[in-house]
Amino acid sequence: MSQNMEHVSEQTELICIGCPMGCLMMAVKNNGELSVQGNTCPRGAEYAKKELTNPCRMVTSSVPVVNGETARVSVKTKGEIPKEKIMECMKKIHALLAEAPVEIGDIICADIAGTGVDLVATKAVAVLK
Amino acid sequence: MYSYDIVVIGGGPAGLAAALSAREEGAERVLILEREKELGGILNQCIHNGFGLHTFHEELTGPEYAARFIGRVREQKIECMLETTVIGLSKEKEITAMNREQGLFHIKAKAVVLAMGCRERPRGALSIPGYRPAGIFSAGTAQRFVNIEGKMPGKEVVILGSGDIGLIMARRMTLEGAKVKVVAELMPYSGGLKRNIVQCLNDYNIPLKLSHTVVGIDGKERVCGVTLAQVDDNKKPIPGTEEYISCDTLLLSVGLIPENELSLEAGVPMDRITQGPIVNEHLETGISGIFACGNVLHVHDLVDFVSEEAKNAGRYAAHYIKAVKKEQTEEIVIRGGRGVRYTVPQKFQIENGEETLLIRFRVDNVYKDKVLGIFADDREIRHIKKRMLAPGEMEEVRIKREELLALKGCKELVLALE
Repeated sequence: MSQNMEHVSEQTELICIGCPMGCLMMAVKNNGELSVQGNTCPRGAEYAKKELTNPCRMVTSSVPVVNGETARVSVKTKGEIPKEKIMECMKKIHALLAEAPVEIGDIICADIAGTGVDLVATKAVAVLK
Repeated sequence: MYSYDIVVIGGGPAGLAAALSAREEGAERVLILEREKELGGILNQCIHNGFGLHTFHEELTGPEYAARFIGRVREQKIECMLETTVIGLSKEKEITAMNREQGLFHIKAKAVVLAMGCRERPRGALSIPGYRPAGIFSAGTAQRFVNIEGKMPGKEVVILGSGDIGLIMARRMTLEGAKVKVVAELMPYSGGLKRNIVQCLNDYNIPLKLSHTVVGIDGKERVCGVTLAQVDDNKKPIPGTEEYISCDTLLLSVGLIPENELSLEAGVPMDRITQGPIVNEHLETGISGIFACGNVLHVHDLVDFVSEEAKNAGRYAAHYIKAVKKEQTEEIVIRGGRGVRYTVPQKFQIENGEETLLIRFRVDNVYKDKVLGIFADDREIRHIKKRMLAPGEMEEVRIKREELLALKGCKELVLALE
């Protein structure tokens, strides 16, 4: 045990989402090294590590469609984006307009909010007859 | 009068999977009846991700999950009547339906699959005092407004009920610029998935108040606030714990009810707990040739399980019309004992030619480190250790044929916590 207490120690409480157990975990960052307590399986530690170093989420929403059979088309980020970029991403989404026809997977906005991830359609919208 | 081999009522996830598997099992004249303009049911408005991990081993959004099934239904050239509402069903399997083009018409089916899904418990079922101002929505209605129609129901939101739809809408409304002030839950635990608590509430610092309910709604023309109170063990509000929260919108996510008006009209015997039909291991209701699957049978948490169940229902319906002979033996009742609220199916026959008997069930409370016992009359035939059980997570057990054969002569199979 080091007697020098100047090093950075940070504690974070988090709930594991790996399974219905929902273990309450305590992640302790000690001089850049991460240790996890309270998890009951290895998935917990893995999740905690990801959450503390690089938390990411997929963002889903819908945007208006011009000339479409339906008024809107649902969209998602094709992969996860950093959590802190979610609101910026939503701001971009609010300014978007798609044009029918749209197919599932069509890119509605490339590299959204500078994340390197594309925003794609999750529903097909045909042209209004 | 039209005539079909199998008519599937409802074109949501259950109806789509049932029709597909009926066709794959050789049924030729299969028809899907759907009241909306498009197939897919509730999946069309569930634009979030998390669907299909079991079925497709990848994470899809609701519309993408639906599209996979709709694509296969089109490939198989299964007939669909859209914007068609079924208004009657008889025990002779005659369906009365209507739409704008044909008016009122009748369909005779050799077998019927009930796949009408469920609807949300409304405000009227909750007895919350107060006026009837605008601004009170069920969470699913709000979801439709926001995701399909692009209209925001309000700016400052309180959500009552922490089921998954309520949690998903808390995030959705936040992302669309509303302020979700609190999610109140009557029970001491959330009915939603852990993942949704973390990613829909914690991510956005939305507080979850367990053992709390809405005891008053303020506002005459429009909601202007609600009063929350803590509840005791008997779910009665505790005086002195009231807290007023100003808001213009109250979303209710307080449970789902299988939509069984047609089943009742046909005289299908119902289960009081699931509020769906009583079925045997072939998902056949008390009326021969009428099958049920998906949320009309019992409310599911995951669409993947709906698809799986519906696939079985479609297959059994196809077997039924081919008159694959089943030996009629005595039926054994399946029921929940201590801690188990219900089981589906509720009865089965041993000599049914199936390799395994799949029983789905729900528990009545949150339990940790419990043993689930399966009892044939009073004899325990198996016990299963369970680390965690919760009402919001549907459970299942599979019983193999060898075990079933040993049950001859027994009256009932009981699942109970020890």
